[in-house]
Amino acid sequence: MAKKIDALAQIHMQVMWNRLISVVEEQAQTLVRTAFSTSVREAGDLSAGVFDEKGRMLAQAVTGTPGHINSMAEAVPHFIAKFPLHTMKPGDHFITNDPWQASGHLHDFTVVSPTFHKGKVVALFANTIHVVDIGGRGFGPDGRQVFEEGINIPIMHLFKEGKANETLMEMIRTNVREPMQVEGDLFAAAACNDTGSKRLVDMMTEFELKDLNKLGGFIIESSRKATIEKIKKLKPGIYKNTMVTDGYDAPVTIVAALTVTKDEIHVDYEGTSGASPYGINVVFNYTKAYTCFGVKCIVAPDIPNNYGSLLPITFSAPLGSILNVERPWAVAARHIIGHCLPDTVFGCLHQVVPEGAQAEGSASLWNVQLRGGPSVSGGVAYKGNIPEFEMLQFNSGGTGARPTKDGLNSTAFPSGVRGMPVEANEAITPVVFWKKELRPDSGGAGTQRGGLGQVIEIGGIDGIPFDVLAMFERCDNPAHGRAGGGTAMSGRVSLKSGKQMRGKGRQSIPPEDRLVLELPGGGGFGNAMKREPKRVAKDVKNGYISREAAKRDYGVALRDDLSIDDEGTKSLRTQRAAE
Amino acid sequence: MSTNKNSARAARKPQTRLGVDIGGTFTDVALEIGTTPYTAKTLTTHGAPERGVLTGMAEVVAKAGIKPQDVDIIIYGTTLATNMLIERRGAKTALVTTEGFRDSIEMRNENRFEQYDVNIDLPEPLVPRHLRFPIPERLTAQGRVLLPLREDAVEALIPQLEKEGIESIAVGFIHSYAHPIHEQQARDILARRLPKISITLSSDVSPEMREFERFSTACANAYVQPLMSRHLTALGHDLKAAGFDCPLFLMLSGGGITTLDTAIRFPVRLVESGPAGGAIFASHVAHQCGAKNVVSYDMGGTTAKICMIDAFQPQTSRTFEVARVYRFMKGSGLPLRIPVIEMVEIGAGGGSLAHIDSLGRIAVGPESAGSEPGPACYGRGGTKPAVTDADVILGKIDPNNFAGGRMTLDRDSAGKALIAEVGKPLGLELPHAALGVSEMVDENMANAARVHAIESGKDIEVRTLIAFGGAAPIHVSRLAEKLAIPRVIIPTGAGVGSAIGFLRAPVAYEVIRSHHQRLSKFNGRTATALIAEMRAEAKKVVEPGAAGAKLVEKRIAFMRYVGQGHEVAVNLPTDKFGADAAKALRKAFEKSYSELYDRTIPHLDVEVLTWALLL
Repeated sequence: MAKKIDALAQIHMQVMWNRLISVVEEQAQTLVRTAFSTSVREAGDLSAGVFDEKGRMLAQAVTGTPGHINSMAEAVPHFIAKFPLHTMKPGDHFITNDPWQASGHLHDFTVVSPTFHKGKVVALFANTIHVVDIGGRGFGPDGRQVFEEGINIPIMHLFKEGKANETLMEMIRTNVREPMQVEGDLFAAAACNDTGSKRLVDMMTEFELKDLNKLGGFIIESSRKATIEKIKKLKPGIYKNTMVTDGYDAPVTIVAALTVTKDEIHVDYEGTSGASPYGINVVFNYTKAYTCFGVKCIVAPDIPNNYGSLLPITFSAPLGSILNVERPWAVAARHIIGHCLPDTVFGCLHQVVPEGAQAEGSASLWNVQLRGGPSVSGGVAYKGNIPEFEMLQFNSGGTGARPTKDGLNSTAFPSGVRGMPVEANEAITPVVFWKKELRPDSGGAGTQRGGLGQVIEIGGIDGIPFDVLAMFERCDNPAHGRAGGGTAMSGRVSLKSGKQMRGKGRQSIPPEDRLVLELPGGGGFGNAMKREPKRVAKDVKNGYISREAAKRDYGVALRDDLSIDDEGTKSLRTQRAAE
Repeated sequence: MSTNKNSARAARKPQTRLGVDIGGTFTDVALEIGTTPYTAKTLTTHGAPERGVLTGMAEVVAKAGIKPQDVDIIIYGTTLATNMLIERRGAKTALVTTEGFRDSIEMRNENRFEQYDVNIDLPEPLVPRHLRFPIPERLTAQGRVLLPLREDAVEALIPQLEKEGIESIAVGFIHSYAHPIHEQQARDILARRLPKISITLSSDVSPEMREFERFSTACANAYVQPLMSRHLTALGHDLKAAGFDCPLFLMLSGGGITTLDTAIRFPVRLVESGPAGGAIFASHVAHQCGAKNVVSYDMGGTTAKICMIDAFQPQTSRTFEVARVYRFMKGSGLPLRIPVIEMVEIGAGGGSLAHIDSLGRIAVGPESAGSEPGPACYGRGGTKPAVTDADVILGKIDPNNFAGGRMTLDRDSAGKALIAEVGKPLGLELPHAALGVSEMVDENMANAARVHAIESGKDIEVRTLIAFGGAAPIHVSRLAEKLAIPRVIIPTGAGVGSAIGFLRAPVAYEVIRSHHQRLSKFNGRTATALIAEMRAEAKKVVEPGAAGAKLVEKRIAFMRYVGQGHEVAVNLPTDKFGADAAKALRKAFEKSYSELYDRTIPHLDVEVLTWALLL
């Protein structure tokens, strides 16, 4: 009999775990459907999760941004410290956008709400969203201190017993460029936590639970054990890798040492460059999030995120390095460096997993933040009106080639956000995208080719001038290949009229000119001379690579009709092998 | 919508209606004389599907003791277009597109549909890069010409298209939904020079904003058009030759039926006709039972489909994804922007396989045993436990009376597979292992239904569950329990539900237009004119099939707060927009919005993006 109960209890536990994951998916869905900012609703730059009374994360929705993996988990205990559970009331919602307590820049708001069941707090729902504006200089890397980057809200009530904190709302509305959208997003954030709470209470009623302690313990322990099982499959040792990125005005070197022991992975960033005087610095929460994502992709991709699965993976970065800055260093464009961390970690893991890890990719999103209007282009000679506008568009270069597959063309990695349709953007902003298509030859050569970047050409409608808040990576430091794979093309920023522009910082596009962005590709994997000639020929036919590149990089000779010249190929490849 | 009940022909004698549904394995035929049903099931003949259709029709006509000439109307649905897209067996298609946007259908949304799997493949575009031809031209979002179409560039494509042996062409230009002029100019040139090639304009097939989805829809239409046109024309001839001289209608994915001509122009709208028939079937059952709020649940061998039905009308949508390549996951298929009956499909069927995941949990699906080798109990060499195996062990299926006694199931093999893959690793005895598998698949379906309900802003507990499809009746009670649904209906005729559904479908056609208006600056005159224009277009399609019946019109505006990204469908009470139209529209919007999200937002302006008219 006891055994029977155990068996049923075990099945119930599994069912409830499954349900909890579904509940946070519902929470995230509600947020996407009611949010205002394009970053949340179109791009999916958000996260949502449920926490137990101790502030331990039990389940998290799979959404567009790994940057919130640990950062939201780290945020919740700060809320509980300031507002202990026994002081919380039904209808309360709490908020902060503090970069150090939450997810690394002021644009991200985290909202935490208690769930009441039978008169007491049994859980907390939290979500993090990237809002379209937070005042200050805006979303760009030019700030020198966090104070320049916008309004900073310490942990406080967003709603108190169901009533909105009108003082806070007014402060926010007054300080941001898009008050309606930001306010709408905060309402959505509170609403989605309510949805989560409602579903959780339904579940607890159905399964007759008084609290989540036992279920939480089961989830955390099973996940921790499963992660350790995965780590045990790796050979213990210290694996090191270094990657250089552009930085703002000087290159940034990221140095990682990944230590595998029998039940833990530790990543240490000793030796990494110091903090930048500009807004590309990373707070430690965000460093942990992207490092963890890189480790999980290779080591334990199928284990859901929660307190338990994150326990066996630990991190350290020297205080004062670009990966662990203190207040008041500037942090707005922290994704530029943060997105490079998985590539760095892959370089370590490539040495320990038998099949290898994917090559470096374009990594950082190319977020195009444009600003226009009379106050922006005040001194510029332009006949006619210049409308006031602000636009953010996410764009991606190529991903690194995988050990057994080509990289993905123009696809975000490690970020998971979606791009926005050109038509949707042009409908609300006075710009014209004259081009947005793949960039031939930009992927690194290899047995598996790196993904292609893209070329984007943007002009003001009727030739109006505008500014770009540039935050573009890999203009000087392209993605490298692995296992003998080739280096990708680096990125390039310029005016259509020819002048080269800087990869970082606010710059102007004069009237009638256009901004041209050439996004970097991903690195190749394996020796390019071993790529099957027919795949090379297909790439040429489709214009992914040029005929010259086929010959130069792959040693494949093609006839005029693009059929393979076997003899020519053989001699080219023999010749290359001899070199 | 019109109801054929009132038609002149029906007034004389009970109408004889015949529905045919070509599925992947079986072709189902349902015939009704008045209210007396006759059904038949034959194997689908893949090489020439018309043959299977005729066999089934002959059988059912013989059963009913009537002659082909006695049939008044035939309604036909098929998965052929869907299969063509999944198996990539369509026509050699070219895309003619705006210069600078050659890769829109390949770059998609620039994201990965699965966050942690670094080895995913993105679906291949239907038209490879070398067959995508850029043309200089450009409009603004308002439809103003920025760069006139270079007609000589279109002319210059002709030899290339001929050399490549192109069979079908999709034309997709940026902002063509706002003004189709350039697409039409390009079509005129192409049609004149290549009269035998079928041409699809994105502004015809899906006149809505968002280039990737619109171009993808145009390519899919072009891709299936030549073969579907051939098949449908052949079917028309064969039916006439066999004595079926009545009108032939086609089931659409949106739940209406349409004429052969329209189907040949927009074959992509036939893609989900089978499941649409199922939803119509459920709606009809709901009507018969007086169940106002229903969730229909169709569980077959590989997947389960769940659809919300309110006031006997299935929920509809304007987007759909066909040919998903990864665990039925959103984002892993080809998006189609067409009117469809909205349903969620998950990998949970009788054949779904169970295993233990890396966390020691029972996981079920989406991998399926299919029909070969099938579940372990089929005794065809399957060793992995499927949901059907668990059902046999739990006594939910009588092994000696499966599929109407046509098949005997092997209980021992089912038990062995369950013990090996689930019982042993978890230390569970056989009945518990089976219970675990059954619980988990039911839980998965319940979760999918719940998430689907929230996406649609609907409550699920207040609904009646209508179950059909092979595996649904034996899982429906537990599913209902999990969803706290008090009432379950298992209708008769569940085996050929789609074909019966076809008989109930109204002659209907939906016209959609993108036309942006803010309520604060609402122009009633343009809106009124637009609705009139849409009605005229729908009328052209519907009237020939309506046989004089009274037409019913439904108008919907897709609205949102300015700045939001997702629209809410709002029923429009009127087609004339006068001075106080903006106020009335806001009120209607706020009503729909608060039904969905429990609140409204006071200070924000509201905008209309898209208008739909269903006749």
